[in-house]
Amino acid sequence: MGGTAEKLASLRATLATAGLETLVTHARVPLGCKPADAVLKGGLERGALHEVYAATNAESAATAFTAGLASRVAGKKKILWIRQDFSAVEFGELSATGFLELSIDPSQILLVCTAHADDAIKAASDVLTCAALGAIVIEIPGEPKILDLVTSRRLTLACAQKNVTAFLLRFAAKPEASTAETRWLIRAAASSKEEENWGQPVFETELVRNRHGRTGHWVMEWNCDEGLFRESDGRQPAHHRAVVSASGDGPATTALESAGRAHAVG
Amino acid sequence: MAKEKNALRLSALDRKATAQGLTIGQPLANARAMLPELKVMAANDGADRKLLERIADWCDRFTPFVALDPPRALLLDVTGATHLFGGEKTLLDHILAALRMQGFAVRGALAGTAMAARACARHRDGLIVPPGDEMKITAPFPIEALFLDPVTTHAFRRAGLKTIGQVAHRDRRELTARFGSAMVFTLETALGKTERPISPRIPLPDYSAERNFPDPVATEEVIRATLVSLADTLGEALEERGEGARRLEAAFFRADGAVMRIVVETGSPTREPAVIERLFREKLDALADPLDPGFGFDLIRLSASRTQRCESALADFNADLNAEREIRFLVDRLSARFGAHRVLAFQPNGTHIPEAAGLAVPAQEVRNTKVTWEIRRKEEAPRRPLRLLAKPEEINAIAAVPAAAPRRFRWRRAWHDVVLAEGPERIAMEWWRHVTPQPTRDYFRVEDTNGNRFWLYRDGLYAREVETPRWYLHGVFA
Repeated sequence: MGGTAEKLASLRATLATAGLETLVTHARVPLGCKPADAVLKGGLERGALHEVYAATNAESAATAFTAGLASRVAGKKKILWIRQDFSAVEFGELSATGFLELSIDPSQILLVCTAHADDAIKAASDVLTCAALGAIVIEIPGEPKILDLVTSRRLTLACAQKNVTAFLLRFAAKPEASTAETRWLIRAAASSKEEENWGQPVFETELVRNRHGRTGHWVMEWNCDEGLFRESDGRQPAHHRAVVSASGDGPATTALESAGRAHAVG
Repeated sequence: MAKEKNALRLSALDRKATAQGLTIGQPLANARAMLPELKVMAANDGADRKLLERIADWCDRFTPFVALDPPRALLLDVTGATHLFGGEKTLLDHILAALRMQGFAVRGALAGTAMAARACARHRDGLIVPPGDEMKITAPFPIEALFLDPVTTHAFRRAGLKTIGQVAHRDRRELTARFGSAMVFTLETALGKTERPISPRIPLPDYSAERNFPDPVATEEVIRATLVSLADTLGEALEERGEGARRLEAAFFRADGAVMRIVVETGSPTREPAVIERLFREKLDALADPLDPGFGFDLIRLSASRTQRCESALADFNADLNAEREIRFLVDRLSARFGAHRVLAFQPNGTHIPEAAGLAVPAQEVRNTKVTWEIRRKEEAPRRPLRLLAKPEEINAIAAVPAAAPRRFRWRRAWHDVVLAEGPERIAMEWWRHVTPQPTRDYFRVEDTNGNRFWLYRDGLYAREVETPRWYLHGVFA
C-alpha cells in the first residue's frame, strides 16, 4: 500500500517536472478580486460559457471587463474575438493601443468581423473546435433570434468538449434564459474625485447567475500594471444603488428587478 | 451598324447580307435602299470584347497562352501541348467544331508563328502549315492578310505590292526606312522567320492537376470527390519538390463554355490534401450563389501558385508548434469562409496618429516586423481608449476657455456634464502625408456624472489654425 502511494507520488512529480500542463486544465482562474473569487469558488471555470451583459452606455466598460477575463483565462495563448460589424459602428472598433494600455498584448488578439449574428455563431462553432486557443469572445449587439436557449446549449457543449473558454458579450440586450456558467452585468462606475491618477478602468460588476455558487455585486478595478482585477476601494457608483445581497442562485430577473427598484429610489 | 464619320455605316454583315451585295463600310441609307427589309442592330464593341474574353477563358482548357486579337480573333500558343489532344489536326478540328456547335462562324489555322496562322486562318480555313513552309504558303496571300494599319496597306497597294510574297522580295532596309521596324517585324513573323511569344492571360500556376469528364458531371458529391483526388495528386507533386502552395485555384469548365474559378489562400504554404479539401469546402459553402453546373462540368482543374519551401506537416512532439499550426489552419478556414479582410490581427505601426497606431491587417499576411508595440507607462491610467470610433463623431462642446476641456457636451442627442478632465494631449497630424495641412488635435480625457469616460479632441488650435474649431468624440474608455 505504502509502496504504491510512493510510486504514485513519484510519478506525479515526474509528470510535473516534465511540464505537462494538461493536468491543470480544469483549475479555476482567479480574477484577483478576493470577494468575487471566493464566491466563484476560486475563480472562473475553464471550458465553459460565460455571459457579460453591458448596461446602457457601459459598453466600453463591459468590453474591458471581458478583455480582462479573457486575458486571465488565456494567459499567453491567443484570444479570438468575434465581433459583428454593427457593434463596431455603434460602439467603436477595438483598438490595439487600448489593449496595450490594459497590459494585454495586442499581438495575442485575432479579430473576426462578421456581418450578421448568424455568421458570428457559425464562426464560433468552428472556432470552438480549436483547443490551441486561450479564450474566445463573441460580441453581439441587440437581440438576434439566433441567440436562444438552443444556441446557448450548443455553445456550452462545444466549450466543454475541447475545454475552450468562451465569453458572450452582449450590448443593448436583456438577459434571457441560457445555459451559461456565469452571467455578469456591467455598469459604469465613477472614478474617485480626489485621486490625481483618475481614469483607471473601474466598473460595477454584478454576478447575477452562477451555476455552482452564489451571486454577488462588487465594484472592481482592473489593475493595468499587473493584469488582474481588484476590489475598488469603496468608490460609490454614480447612481447610489442598494447592493444586491448575496442570495441563493435565484433567477436573473429578480436581481434586475431589485436593481431597477433601487434605481428609482436612488 | 456603327457611327463613323458622321454617317451610320455597316460594320458587320452575315452571309445572307453579303450574298445580296452589301459591303462593310457601306452607309446604312444605301444599304436600306438596296434591301428595305434589312435587320439592323447597333454595334456594341464592349459586349463583343467581353464575348471574345469569355471564349478566351474557355480556351484555357487547351493552353494558358491565349492572346486576344481584337476585334474578333484569338491567338493560342499550343507548342508542346498538341500531343495531349491527339495531334495538331485533331486539336484544330476539335476547337473549330466546338465553337461551331456553340453557334459561332469561325475559321482557324495552325502554323509555326502567330502571324502566319492568322493570315492562313483568313484565307485557308482549317490548314495546318507544315513546319518551315510558312513563307511558301503565305506568299500568295493579299497584303491585307498582314493586318497592318490602313495607311500602310494603302501605301503598299499604290506601290504595286499586292501580295505578301511581293513585299517579302523587297529589301528590308528600304521597308524599315519607309514603314518602320514594327511593320518589318510583323512581316518576318508572318513568313515564319521570327516569333513574338504570347504571354499567358492569367499568370501560369506552378502546379496543376486536372480531370476530363467525357460525360459532364453536375452532382456535388462527384465534384467534391474530384477535388479530393486532384488535391492528392497535387500534394504528391508538391511533396516531391518539398514545396507547399499559398494560393490554390479550382477551375470548373462547363460544357456550354463558361468557366468558374474559386480561389483559396493560406497564411503559410501547405500541401496537405485534407487541408486543401477543407478550405475549398468552406469557400464553396460560403458562396453567395452556389456553383451552377449548368449542363455539367467537363473539365475540373486544380492549380497551385505562390509556392514556397514547406516542411513536412507531421505531428510534432513540440506542443507549441502544433498549437501554432492549428491556429493557422483555423485562420485559413475562417478567411476562406468569410474573406481574408474579415479575419484580422493587429500589427504595430510606428505612428502616433490614434486611428492608425495599431493597424488591423489580414491575419494571413501578418509577418514579424521590426516595429514593436510601445511600452505602457506603469501606474498611469490608460491614455488610450479601448473602443475607438472609426469615424470620430462631431459633438457640441461648451468650454469655458477655448483652450480648456469642455464643461458640457452633447453627443448623439444626449448632454453630458463633465466632472473630471485631463489634457490637452497635443497630437499633430503627419504633415508630410497631406497636401493641405491637417489641423492639430488637442485630446482630452473626460469623465461625466454617470461615470463614463470619453476621449474628446478639439480639431485645430484656436485662433492659430482654425477660427472656430470643432470638437469630436473619438473613443470611449473602460
